[in-house]
Amino acid sequence: MVTYSVAMTADDLVFRALADPTRRFLLDLLFQRDGRTLTELESELDMTRFGVMKHLRVLEDAGLVVARRSGREKLHFLNPIPIQLIHERWIDKYRERHASALMNLKTQLEDMA
Amino acid sequence: MATGNESCTHVYRVYMHAAPEAVWDAIVNPDSTEQYGYRVRCAYDLRAGSAFMGFPSKEMRSLGLPNAIVDGVVVEVDPPRRFVHTWRMLITPELASEGFTRVTWDIDGGRFGVTRLTLTHELAGAPAVARLTSGGTEDDGGGGGWNWVLSGLKTFVESGKTLGTEGADPS
Repeated sequence: MVTYSVAMTADDLVFRALADPTRRFLLDLLFQRDGRTLTELESELDMTRFGVMKHLRVLEDAGLVVARRSGREKLHFLNPIPIQLIHERWIDKYRERHASALMNLKTQLEDMA
Repeated sequence: MATGNESCTHVYRVYMHAAPEAVWDAIVNPDSTEQYGYRVRCAYDLRAGSAFMGFPSKEMRSLGLPNAIVDGVVVEVDPPRRFVHTWRMLITPELASEGFTRVTWDIDGGRFGVTRLTLTHELAGAPAVARLTSGGTEDDGGGGGWNWVLSGLKTFVESGKTLGTEGADPS
């Protein structure tokens, strides 16, 4: 059983997390290469391990980073869905695309090939 | 165990106001899977070792899509908590040639009627599939990959509606 509150999904947690340049940098790092350890992320920043942990914690609370155990290591993955949900709320409702997506996808892939 | 391929693994997580059973049904029931995302009807036989296929709608097929657009084999079934299967994209020969990837759906029921869904996609050796499923072709009209599928799943489970058709009856 996982315990968390409904408030965790709130947009303001996402915006708060994204408001900080260090946290955006951490997300960029994970976008480039997913599944990194704290040590790996720390090596890219001029900051204490504790500081990086605190930032990761805010990102995890916002759902933007998902940590997963892999043996002894804790790996951090970028979770794009909270941003997607915000995007959909304000932008996507003005677009119609569901029915055509598969067809567009096929056409586009064939054009690339 | 670290596989050395963790950077080829993508993780997606979404929270929903729904019971774990409702989320499970949205994932494994073909009548539900065709209500969100790419509208693919996924006909699973929910036993480890059995093969499955995902079919596009009749309309899509008549426009020239292959009969089955994904296939795979069921690996683990633990309703309503965990569903693991292999997954291969068949929409073009190039994608099909990247072979089987692995998809794990973890469903965690929490407090306040909120359920957490985590999708883990292991994509070692499948860079083109990874680009597609992570939404890399979205701006070209390819749909938003798992982001989009899971957002649509959330909308469907929470409201019975289909994302992108506000006010429309999903039937």
